[in-house]
Amino acid sequence: MARELPYIAAVQEAIFEEMGRDESVLFYGQDVAPSDDDNFVKAYGRDRVRVSPISETAEIGMAVGLALAGYRPVVELLMAEFMLVAMNQVVNEAPRLRYMSGGQVKVPLVLKAGYGFTAGWAGQHTGSIYGMFMGFPGLKIALPSTPADAKGLMTTAIRDDNPVCYLINYLLVLEHGDVPEGEHAVPFGEATVRRSGSDVTIVATGWTVGRALAAAQTLAGEGIQAEVVDPRTLNPLDTATILSSVEKTGRLVLVDQGTRHGGASAAIAAEVAEHGFGSLKAPIAQVTALDVTVPYSEPMEAFVLPNEEKIAGSVRQVLGEAPVAA
Amino acid sequence: MQELDNDRLVWMFTQMLRIREFEERVKRTFEEHPGVIRGHTHLADGAEASIVGSLATLQPGDQLMATYRCHGYPVALGTETKAIMAEIYGRKDGLCGGYGGSMHLVDPSRGFMGTSGIVGQGIPQATGLGWAAQLRSRSHSPQVVLAFFGDGASKQGAFHESLNLASLWKLPVVYVMENNNYNVSTRSEQEDANAAAGEPLSVKAAAYSMPGVTVDGGDPVAVYEVVGAAADRARAGEGPTLVESKVYRLSAHGNIIAPPGVPLHYPEHEAITTFGNREEYEAALRGDPVPRFRARLVEQGVLEADRADRITEEVRAEMDAAVQYALDSPFPEAETAARYDYVYA
Ligand SMILES: Cc1ncc(C[n+]2csc(CCOP(=O)(O)OP(=O)(O)O)c2C)c(N)n1
Ligand SMILES: [Mg+2]
Repeated sequence: MARELPYIAAVQEAIFEEMGRDESVLFYGQDVAPSDDDNFVKAYGRDRVRVSPISETAEIGMAVGLALAGYRPVVELLMAEFMLVAMNQVVNEAPRLRYMSGGQVKVPLVLKAGYGFTAGWAGQHTGSIYGMFMGFPGLKIALPSTPADAKGLMTTAIRDDNPVCYLINYLLVLEHGDVPEGEHAVPFGEATVRRSGSDVTIVATGWTVGRALAAAQTLAGEGIQAEVVDPRTLNPLDTATILSSVEKTGRLVLVDQGTRHGGASAAIAAEVAEHGFGSLKAPIAQVTALDVTVPYSEPMEAFVLPNEEKIAGSVRQVLGEAPVAA
Repeated sequence: MQELDNDRLVWMFTQMLRIREFEERVKRTFEEHPGVIRGHTHLADGAEASIVGSLATLQPGDQLMATYRCHGYPVALGTETKAIMAEIYGRKDGLCGGYGGSMHLVDPSRGFMGTSGIVGQGIPQATGLGWAAQLRSRSHSPQVVLAFFGDGASKQGAFHESLNLASLWKLPVVYVMENNNYNVSTRSEQEDANAAAGEPLSVKAAAYSMPGVTVDGGDPVAVYEVVGAAADRARAGEGPTLVESKVYRLSAHGNIIAPPGVPLHYPEHEAITTFGNREEYEAALRGDPVPRFRARLVEQGVLEADRADRITEEVRAEMDAAVQYALDSPFPEAETAARYDYVYA
């Protein structure tokens, strides 16, 4: 049975339910239950639910230690940028320890953080910085775009035996959608086709999935059938689904809320250029954020971001239907 | 440290009032002009005495750094309030052209070298400014740097690493911790080992062999004396001091956090919303530093009541004008987001 929940409630529900199923799951972080009047504290007690100081290096480093000791910590980090002060723990410790031990240890932990809050949060709180995490083998990255996936990917993140950056798109937190009741796990590394079409493949994540679907709707009115693929996890990345879609459509538009240079869309473009070149009828196009820090002022912020018009325009371009600039 | 004469005391009162009235306008904007302020704002109401008492110690060439809770410093330093408000409204005439917003005010011309939106990150930067000040002092009159941050920030490695270095190298930095006893909705005794043990947070200084002083941050004269003594010490080449300035923030941590489309506003203080402790908040209101200082100056005959009223009227007119100016200021051209000469110098 499914019922409507906001995205953010679906995330919390997954953590709550997994804590009920597995005593080794811990939940802590800044402003996590400062008052005892809290559902998590009431259900699981202060041994397992704690509020921590603003000490990301310790919070995340401790998660590594807890994981080595057999626990499954979920660390509330509020915003992805706050992980940056603990970058070594995130990218140079957690994902490497298993490999360096020759497979002797495992580090199951979840770094729960918001990203992409392009709602006037200016330069240091709006980043879609998942691209930088892609270069660290051992670190998984989940980017739920719907309430159902928010729950299902969190369940899987907690059960996964590896460190996972579970990234909440803060523009989506109040979006409502059907969420399965009870146990619900969405496997990592399985993209989903949000809309099928035969003319062009649009790959989008997080908030941009909705923008891509809206663009696809507009394009349908022009007789263009766009397929929208949501990878859901960037590591592992389901290149097979993307490649088979491109094989069908012959055209690829990549949408990314993050910056272009060295970003997620560039990584996907490289995979398709290498393995799907034969199916491409037009160059791959990328609709990303501009390579600038996100500005505060609304018109400038909007200018920096991908949007429906930019996506639709890019699709028309790869279909050769837009006038080519002289 | 200079004696505070009557003019200076009145100046201090005026600056406290200017900060308060400015922040009131920011807060009221959410009600009176919905949608005009986006993202997150953090107010200095309750910390005016601490800010003004600290900044009153500055001499030409001194510098400071602060956090996202940053409106008060430039107001007191003389940055035009209309430019600050226009920045908070995202306008072209804003202090930073609309690029930075409420959390990222900066005015290097007045020694205000900037802020970080990331807790604790300004502290090492201020320490670097301190090294630069030490180098300048070899050929100029000695200069100091004030590093402002919250109590919560003292649980960041950046804080501890910086204090160690500054003490080791005798850097001319005064670390001013504005202790409002909260990190968003977490109380200090829930996240700080010293606070949990009933000790002041200034004891952290002992670990780095520097003086640590706790002061009533609601009393601008007391803050002036403590920060001034620390600044004198720094100018004399004796190194840094940690000042714990105890304040009570009179607003919530910030306006509510919500995705676009949801109207923003200031909720009640976390003492009430998280802990149901209205009495704590009301006691803080009763001790409000701004009316407290006014009453003291009037009582001491430093300031006549009707002069205080006139100052209040002038300050209110200034802040109303700042709001109007900011509302009238155009938005930046969207394409100016692609100012790559701002991305790379
Ligand atoms: C590294 C980091 N972690 C978390 C946050 C989120 N955050 C913003 S302000 C704040 C509370 C800071 O408390 P304190 O240092 O006491 O300053 P105050 O806001 O009380 O003035 C937190 C947790 C952040 N901005 N940066
Ligand atoms: Mg605080």
